Amino acid sequence: METMIKIIAVFTLLMVMVGFISWLERKILGRMQVRHGPMRVGWHGIFQPIADGIKLLTKELVIPAGADKQLFLMAPVISLIFAVTPFAVIPWGSGQGYITDINIGLVLILALSSLGTFGIVIGGWSSNSKYSVLGAMRAVALMLSYELPLILSLVGVVMLTGSFRLTEIVSAQAQQGLWFVAIQPVAFVCYLLAGTAETQRIPFDMLEDEGSLVNGFFTEYSGMGFSLFVMAEYINIILIGAISAVVFLGGWQRPFPSVEFLAFLDVVPAAGWFLLKVFLFVFLVIWFRGTLPRVRYDQLMYFGWKILLPLTLLSILLTGLYKVLDFQHNLIFYYLITFILSLFCVTYCSKHFYQEETTLKEVRVGI
Amino acid sequence: MLIVGRIFRPNRPYPEKLEAYECGIASEGNAWENMGHRYYVYAMLFLAFDVEVLFLLPWALVFDQLGLFAFIEMVLFILVLVIGLAYTWAKGALEWRY
Repeated sequence: METMIKIIAVFTLLMVMVGFISWLERKILGRMQVRHGPMRVGWHGIFQPIADGIKLLTKELVIPAGADKQLFLMAPVISLIFAVTPFAVIPWGSGQGYITDINIGLVLILALSSLGTFGIVIGGWSSNSKYSVLGAMRAVALMLSYELPLILSLVGVVMLTGSFRLTEIVSAQAQQGLWFVAIQPVAFVCYLLAGTAETQRIPFDMLEDEGSLVNGFFTEYSGMGFSLFVMAEYINIILIGAISAVVFLGGWQRPFPSVEFLAFLDVVPAAGWFLLKVFLFVFLVIWFRGTLPRVRYDQLMYFGWKILLPLTLLSILLTGLYKVLDFQHNLIFYYLITFILSLFCVTYCSKHFYQEETTLKEVRVGI
Repeated sequence: MLIVGRIFRPNRPYPEKLEAYECGIASEGNAWENMGHRYYVYAMLFLAFDVEVLFLLPWALVFDQLGLFAFIEMVLFILVLVIGLAYTWAKGALEWRY
């Protein structure tokens, strides 16, 4: 019964957050482009998501004649389900702030969130439109390429805590008095970049590139089908933010949990800190969208395989050295090694980014 | 939610509306065709590395108890895969071109 209430609470919270983020995104983007963003519905357009929701609910869902009807209707549902289920193990606050707490939490999250790819592929393929199929193919290649750095950057944290249980990962950070971002800066940066790619956000969103693919895999979707895909996308952003908060940023704890005189920060409840950290990531992602142009598709693949993958492997090696050589007491030395090796890795890899001189004409991108 | 939407939304299909979207030009041919082979190369590479991750996760879990020996073992194991990556890289399999 208690679990049931928690499930409903978390689901409601997610839906509210999705609405809020969609408003926040338009607002921040507007401000970045020196305009107001939504202003009409409610105070500074705060009820805009509700109006959008009602509008999309009353729109016709066009099923193209050539489409595979069952799969076409199933795809958005699949992608939403696999976006929501990982939240079962996310600890939102201290104590009992989770739905379940299982000992393979991290693995479960990774497995479920990678299943979301199926929704995209099925959606793109079943539409039987060229744009959708191309978008779906790009999506698969992108998700596969960036899933490796995503998982590998989390391995280091598992090495440090010796547990997949998310609550234990958080309490391990409390015991050490250091968030894991301080021990694994390289992995954290790699995680953020891979996470942004995994949620198909702007510097990496070749799969829904309006310039060449109209809207990628959900070109043919309208009404509720479309809005379920968009909801899944926003929930994925929240999920990536939540994992980064739990794993690297100390979960529900206040900053510097071991420093006594900062105890006044505890006036903000645990869940408040957690949400703050999640929204930090959300803001970062919107910021990316406001400032960065899209990368080319070949550059996207190169970046994943030739820079992020070696970097994350290096970060695992560094974490191993940290444990084996007992760097806890001279962190500065450890940072020095990290800095030098990462710099070396990045410069070496980016030197071989293009094997031959490529001209734009030669690269036929993403087909 | 899809079912709830069924109650509210209009449903007036006609042939032009049901065509696949191609910027207003009548669609030609089927979209379910052969795709570029580049995607499959990446898929194969992903398989190899995903299995590696599969081995890496339990190792990371018990890393504390295993100590130095396991660390060196795993470094060697990853080294083999990195050599594989370097080989595909040098061979140009990672290049996105025809």
